[in-house]
Amino acid sequence: MAEEKHILTMLVDNEPGVLSRIVGLFSGRGFNIESLCVAETIDPRASRITIVTKANETLVEQIEKQLRKLINVIKLRDLTGSKSVQREMALICVRAKPDNRDEILRMVDIFRCKIVDVGPEYYIIEATGTNEKMNALINLLKPIGIKKIAKTGTIALFREPN
Amino acid sequence: MKLTGAQILMKVLKEEGVDAIFGFPGGATIDIHDKLEETDIRHYLVRHEQAAVHAADGYARVTGKVGVCLVTSGPGATNAVTGIATAYLDSIPLVIISGQVPTHLIGNDAFQEVDIVGITRPCTKHNYLVPSVQDLARIIKEAFHIARSGRPGPVLVDIPKNVQQAMTDFKPEQKVKLKSYHPTYKPNIKQLRKMVEMIKAAKRPLIFAGGGVILSNGSEQLTRLARSTKIPVTMSLMGLGAFPGSDPLSLGMLGMHGTYRANMSTGQCDLLIGIGVRFDDRVTGKTDAFASQAKIIHIDIDPASIRKNVPVSIPIVGDCKTSLEVLNRFLEEEDLELLTNNRGLWLDLIDRWKQDHKLAYTQEEEIKPQFVVEKLYELTKGKAIITTEVGQNQMWAAQYYHFDRPGHFVTSGGLGTMGFGLPAALGAQVAFPDALVVDVAGDGSIQMNIQEMATALQYQLPVKVVILNNCYLGMVRQWQELFYDKRYACTCMDHAPDFVKLAQAFGAVGLRATRPEEVEPVLKQGLDTPGPVIMDFRVSKEECVYPMVPAGAPITEMLLV
Repeated sequence: MAEEKHILTMLVDNEPGVLSRIVGLFSGRGFNIESLCVAETIDPRASRITIVTKANETLVEQIEKQLRKLINVIKLRDLTGSKSVQREMALICVRAKPDNRDEILRMVDIFRCKIVDVGPEYYIIEATGTNEKMNALINLLKPIGIKKIAKTGTIALFREPN
Repeated sequence: MKLTGAQILMKVLKEEGVDAIFGFPGGATIDIHDKLEETDIRHYLVRHEQAAVHAADGYARVTGKVGVCLVTSGPGATNAVTGIATAYLDSIPLVIISGQVPTHLIGNDAFQEVDIVGITRPCTKHNYLVPSVQDLARIIKEAFHIARSGRPGPVLVDIPKNVQQAMTDFKPEQKVKLKSYHPTYKPNIKQLRKMVEMIKAAKRPLIFAGGGVILSNGSEQLTRLARSTKIPVTMSLMGLGAFPGSDPLSLGMLGMHGTYRANMSTGQCDLLIGIGVRFDDRVTGKTDAFASQAKIIHIDIDPASIRKNVPVSIPIVGDCKTSLEVLNRFLEEEDLELLTNNRGLWLDLIDRWKQDHKLAYTQEEEIKPQFVVEKLYELTKGKAIITTEVGQNQMWAAQYYHFDRPGHFVTSGGLGTMGFGLPAALGAQVAFPDALVVDVAGDGSIQMNIQEMATALQYQLPVKVVILNNCYLGMVRQWQELFYDKRYACTCMDHAPDFVKLAQAFGAVGLRATRPEEVEPVLKQGLDTPGPVIMDFRVSKEECVYPMVPAGAPITEMLLV
């Protein structure tokens, strides 16, 4: 069976140790985590965790079932294949010498990013988008020279039915 | 009413019907032990915290109630971990209460501080650090609820010393409310209807019952199902006793050391009905080859057990007992005569397997360990509660003692914990003071918690220990004999204590048999002696457990005697 990417989104109790239970379940059972994002929701008693994992059909079923068994997991949904909005964010520090500044600015424009910090030899670019868009941007910036990068994992929300 | 944390704990334990606690005090439990003395809850002081958990576990397995133990912080808690993992793997309901250093010292590497909540996260069903005395009653209530409901399991509650001492207004907690925890008890009716059709269509059906049947108290319903439909029943190690072992429809145990007929029938059946099992590797052998001609129906309360190891045609999530009740009702509507009228061919085939390869051993001049268990079965008329250690002793007990009732075979199935049998026997004896409780042990594993003989003596718990003494770590030696060219690396235990003198040193009775004709008299004397007894049977050193399926081989490919 082929491995596919799955975006799992879950509401969990906002309590100490909950993240450790979830991450521990993945490592203890040999499940894979590609990326992980956590933050409190509007309700301070709950956090939303988004995990991107790669697994075949049987394994992802097992991952979901094991997660649902955790007492602190309130709700879990696999957003793969369903209609959802997905975003990542990155802060990218690129080398910006006078001769390539124009090119960087053009890319920032095309990818609808923002320059959020400027120095004599660098720009820091703030970018958001899907995983594909981020990868494309990073690939184009690489030849120019990426000094540092900070990237989030995917966050995702299910589109409300009309 | 203002009460301290320790007092509140006592109130809630009483509410939960706790009558016995197995524990070991320390700096971080003094307050709890102090208040425990004021209640009528009996406290059994063990000699090692691992034994406290195993004893609570043994108590839980024979009563179906939640077992409770109480250990101190740091080493007390870490010593308990093996016991907790043992209960977790076998889905045994326990509440483990551990003392913790005061909240202001947590994280300081304080004296006897460990992060036991962190350590036990992967081997508990759930665990708690009680942040303040206001949360204590609710958390204890939740712990009991989680431990006993759904697929049962151990729950640890870590209580800092200052929480035990702090005072608060106590009002009895109302019902437990957990917004995200709702185990499915009621099975899907449509699935059960489909199951009936599959049973009707099957020519060679087979029931495979496990510990889930015993945990859900569903043995009666299982027996009814099997007898009304004439479907033969095999059991996992954990399922022994779920269906009467002496019933003609019983095929005995399935798996690596299962009976020939049980293992063969999984290869030939066209419908396999797994009830309260998890199809672990010791049962399936090579999974691709397992039940390759069969459609599989799987009933279990834990959805994660279903389709974890084997593909399933009809998954049924629900309580085993409830599901079997509904199923039996549906089957009443059917023409059972018609349904069973050509079962004969299948049962004949199984019977032929039985005749061809019975469980057997050859009687020689030395004592055969199987002979000891057979005699034990005869003399106790199959009515004793048998606990085991782990290894050959465990397998021979499983093979040669035919359990007719649930709750009479207490063994560490999933984790395979040596040193389990003696403390578990103590727990079973506490639950049923008048029952005959026998620990079938090996000379290696008995030494892992032998100190508990002192506990047995202190509380006059008259457990009988039957040591099948072969001077080896027998099961590993067997693997070395069969698969490692007889290189017996590190398995020879040729310096064991004199178990008779050791028994006497503890204040118990010690007996020994070295020849086959001494087996029966020694067993008789030992079983008739009031108080704890150790019986040392010097058995044939290089006896192997057969049948044996090599690890990773198809379950139908057995090494036989």
